[in-house]
Amino acid sequence: MIVPIPVADYRPNAMFTLLHYPFIQNAFMAGSLVAIVAGVLGYFLILRGLTFAGHALSSIGFAGAAGAVLLGIPPVYGLLAFTMGASLFISSSSGEARGRDIAIGVIMTFALGLGVLFLSLYHGFAEQAYSILFGSIVGISRGDLSLATVLAVGILVVLASLGRPLLFSTFDPDGAEARGLPVRLLGMVYLILVALAVSLAMQLVGVLLVFGLLVGPPATAIRLVGRPSHAIIVSVGLGLAYTWAGILLAAWSGWPVSFLITAISFGLYLPVRLRGSRRSRCRMGAARALPSVRTASSRCSQQVIDDHTD
Amino acid sequence: MITPIDLFRHDFVQNAFLAGTLVAILSGLVGYFVVLRGQAFVCEAMSHVGFAGAAGAALIGVSPLIGMLLFTLLGAAGMGALGRRLRNRDVEVGMLLAFLLGVGLLFLSFYIRNASAAVNLLFGSILSVTNADVILTGLSCLLSLIILAILFRPLLFMSVDPDVAEARGVPIAFLSTAFLILLAFCVAQAMQVVGVLLVFALLIVPAAAAEKLTHSPLAAIGWSVLISLVSTWGGLILAFIGHWPASFYIVSMSCGIYFLSFIPSRLHPSRSPTGVNHRGRERNLGA
Repeated sequence: MIVPIPVADYRPNAMFTLLHYPFIQNAFMAGSLVAIVAGVLGYFLILRGLTFAGHALSSIGFAGAAGAVLLGIPPVYGLLAFTMGASLFISSSSGEARGRDIAIGVIMTFALGLGVLFLSLYHGFAEQAYSILFGSIVGISRGDLSLATVLAVGILVVLASLGRPLLFSTFDPDGAEARGLPVRLLGMVYLILVALAVSLAMQLVGVLLVFGLLVGPPATAIRLVGRPSHAIIVSVGLGLAYTWAGILLAAWSGWPVSFLITAISFGLYLPVRLRGSRRSRCRMGAARALPSVRTASSRCSQQVIDDHTD
Repeated sequence: MITPIDLFRHDFVQNAFLAGTLVAILSGLVGYFVVLRGQAFVCEAMSHVGFAGAAGAALIGVSPLIGMLLFTLLGAAGMGALGRRLRNRDVEVGMLLAFLLGVGLLFLSFYIRNASAAVNLLFGSILSVTNADVILTGLSCLLSLIILAILFRPLLFMSVDPDVAEARGVPIAFLSTAFLILLAFCVAQAMQVVGVLLVFALLIVPAAAAEKLTHSPLAAIGWSVLISLVSTWGGLILAFIGHWPASFYIVSMSCGIYFLSFIPSRLHPSRSPTGVNHRGRERNLGA
């Protein structure tokens, strides 16, 4: 029942001699890929108020991976099938945020229940679950990496071609609809991209880290800069910095990479959030004074638009 | 063949049913408010906070339940500080969730590097509930039920219509935090039965199904408790007869009931739930 955490056995004198080892190089490349894709997608995830959906997709992916392991096919197929199915379900059940959250919660619970069943039918129950949930960034091969690169480039290309309409429909869904943009379709394509990214990332970094990288860097970036293009760049930059620092620290200390990356991310977010809370409080106050019905996402985009006009 | 009746002679079966029943009642009650207040994600985050607590407890060698209670209570206080409009704080809640899951992983990696301990926490181990756990569960369920009984009316009022409740002088901030503390207790209990990842099966799914079946808050609470109990009992009985994990059976039961709950509203479209529970509509009318 021992779960190998390979970096733990390895304590070099200098942190940077590590970079000569292929497994560390692969970890860096895989981590960077995930950080870039997650940094870009995460920005939209937060503005669209889909944080919970992001979390749910990664949990649902776990069930898919478990099913694939049971069938003896590569986990990535199970991941893709489950996350794509779930993203279609989530985007079709849109509407009021509360109802959507409940639909997400039910489908996530159901998928996880299946995941438990799949894993219990499979013999290496605990070890498999553990490695899917927490990833094995230091056990990545060159083959995994080239597949991941292709997927990541594909996601970024689609996102770049959708960039402007997606941004418009994120900030102002009603305006975008009035101008004839296919808002629902855009939302669906966006969630499918998130599903792809989660599947790609989960193999490399595990369920936990996918969500950490999807939410942490953009959450900080949005509070630091206003303009969308700048925020996306800062978000990617922060994601890369967290990942590199996390891998180096993990190799040096022997602590789990996932913990270090989420801890760095949270540690940087907290002061930024606390600093910004005074400004945003008056903005929340203003929003409260207007007795209009605003959803979480429209208020959030309003905040960004405010930042933008400042 | 062993009948379910014979099974009840075993201690662990009795413990599982006792703990399961207590937790199901509490979850059905608290879950209704979670759904009504739109705090599904908060509940999810709370369960991950509890995971870190349980892992920490395993590390220092105390009962996981104590670690879960301690951490979820701290989590409740932290989320209470985020303010009353917790529904719009998804990002903050998500950050907390990711960080605490990381902390839980760190504790586990210090512990024994034991994957099955992690899996028990994540997916529950109702069949290994001890006598001491049952007593602790009973006490904290009783306490939670008393608190809920005291807070019930103002909490319901506030959850259905926060703006009017505030105008009438209901202490919103205090009640929100008190509810989060209740949720913390409840999540810590539910994690024993179904594990971190499946807390929703007892907390959200029965209440969401109940909301589909009726408009009246009291009837919905009754349905929610009933569905939660039926899922837990059915799941446990199936787990003793079959070979699959109890959490899987419990989840399938409650999700199955949820999907069935769509049927009545389809049959009677005029009865589709749009009444008191629909917060957006309420606020629209208020404005």
